[in-house]
Amino acid sequence: MTELQPQPQPSEAELSRRAFRQTRKRKSTLIAFISTLLFAAAVWFGLISTPGWSRVSQSFFDWPTAVASLPRVLEGLLLNLRVLVFAVIGVLFFGLLLAVLRTLRNPIFFPLRLFARVYVDFFRGLPLIIVLYLVGFGIPGLRLEWLGRIPAEVLGTVALTMTYSAYVAEVFRAGIESIHPSQRLAARSLGLSYGKTMRLVVLPQAIRRVAPPLMNDFVALQKDVGLISILGAIDAVRGAQIEVAKFANFTPYVVAGLLFVLLAIPTVRFADRISAKLASREQAGSTL
Amino acid sequence: MSPIDWSKPRLRVRGLRKQYEDKVVLGGVDLEIYPGQIVALIGSSGSGKSTMLRCINLIEEISDGQIWLEGEDISVAGIDQDAVRKQVGMVFQAYNLFAHLSILDNITLALKHVQGKTKAEAEEIALGWLDRIGLADKADSYPDKLSGGQQQRTAIVRAVALNPKLLLLDEVTSALDPELVGEVLELIRDLKETGTTIIMATHELSFARDVADWVVFLDQGVVAEEGEAAEFFSNPKQARTKEFLTRLKR
Ligand SMILES: Nc1ncnc2c1ncn2[C@@H]1O[C@H](COP(=O)(O)OP(=O)(O)OP(=O)(O)O)[C@@H](O)[C@H]1O
Ligand SMILES: [Mg+2]
Repeated sequence: MTELQPQPQPSEAELSRRAFRQTRKRKSTLIAFISTLLFAAAVWFGLISTPGWSRVSQSFFDWPTAVASLPRVLEGLLLNLRVLVFAVIGVLFFGLLLAVLRTLRNPIFFPLRLFARVYVDFFRGLPLIIVLYLVGFGIPGLRLEWLGRIPAEVLGTVALTMTYSAYVAEVFRAGIESIHPSQRLAARSLGLSYGKTMRLVVLPQAIRRVAPPLMNDFVALQKDVGLISILGAIDAVRGAQIEVAKFANFTPYVVAGLLFVLLAIPTVRFADRISAKLASREQAGSTL
Repeated sequence: MSPIDWSKPRLRVRGLRKQYEDKVVLGGVDLEIYPGQIVALIGSSGSGKSTMLRCINLIEEISDGQIWLEGEDISVAGIDQDAVRKQVGMVFQAYNLFAHLSILDNITLALKHVQGKTKAEAEEIALGWLDRIGLADKADSYPDKLSGGQQQRTAIVRAVALNPKLLLLDEVTSALDPELVGEVLELIRDLKETGTTIIMATHELSFARDVADWVVFLDQGVVAEEGEAAEFFSNPKQARTKEFLTRLKR
């Protein structure tokens, strides 16, 4: 058999097709550019022609204030990041635990199963801000001397973990249920126990499958760490609030907001990437 | 061909019944399988072949009767089901391989986590089997990169590598493209040499005639006829069997 060789010289017809595609592509780029420009201009003029624009621009987009407030806001953001790291670890652990508890069928585990179920229903319904208040002011209110004084950021982390574990548990549970029952049967008929089947066969596949929605929940968590400020933790939001009071100008809030967005971009991109990668793998799957 | 040991049945089934609510699927099955035997379980769709295999593997709760594996009653109340399944392997129509594990890891998983073998021991066994079925070069591939026939052969080998006392194959070729059926059947033929005791539910009658020592014809939830493969196909006794065989021949 002769190997197919790449053609050394494209034909006349192909050359003209390529030229046509080239011009068409350039034309599309140009149109997209002009259209974006016009759109941005329309939004901009729409904004500055509002009667209050000059006052808003002064009190929300003041450059000197932005620069002056940045150090404190950044310092606060570090606290948000620390809280985020602990919350993510806690949420992964408790979310998975709750999900697995809900799958147990043995009657001896009935109370655990019931607990997991009630917990998930309860905390998915309860607004995060109420959980924050209850944990943030309730736990210290118990006056447990041996606990000492718990820092606000720790209480905030606990509250975030409690709420997000409920959401993430549901995501994990959906993943567990999406694994074809044959996989479980195949594992059991190889002699693997229920626990090993779960740990070695079901969970690894389930976690891969739910990685995209899971990342989505973590993007939401990433911005909700800003809510710990209501418990008095000096995070980015609280830092901005202090700067706002100092300068009598709202620009620090905008600064904090932009920083949160910047922080979210890598996570969001990462989530998109793994979703795409998983999707291409899932297509083939283990089907015959 | 390894000889069959007729002294003591590997599997004994007496009066096995299975019903779902009031639908009787198995209405009292009696069966004896001897070490080294390859038994073909045939019957029309819905006759209860899969149900029977699932009952033997304790995946399905039985409604009545008794099952003994090497003389031990495995249908007795409170039996350790995991311990029984360690000795009885089963391969299904499809979705057998674990998608997140390489071919090698699919085979070593139970060797390591059920039989407690070291990684090195398990991999040696697994590679030996992969070599035997000509898939050694696929050891590190994932199941989605294999053809259906290669996947099923891996699934069978994965079960055989555990040295089960009994291997149950439930229509392992019926989800495959026709051109892939041959290679899977070839592997089962090859297993005969290893002395593995096998019950296979199958629609491949010519293969059953070729490879099985014994044929069990299940009809309406009971064993309508059974016998030596050659005798069974060339000289069926029951009218139901004759009818089934001619229907399939056409
Ligand atoms: N969970 C169930 N509930 C009710 N009926 C069931 C259930 N599982 C199986 N059956 C019935 O039991 C009968 C036997 O099913 P089984 O799968 O054992 O047949 P089979 O001989 O393996 O058929 P096939 O050749 O199509 O695989 C069928 O009529 C089926 O509808
Ligand atoms: Mg069947």
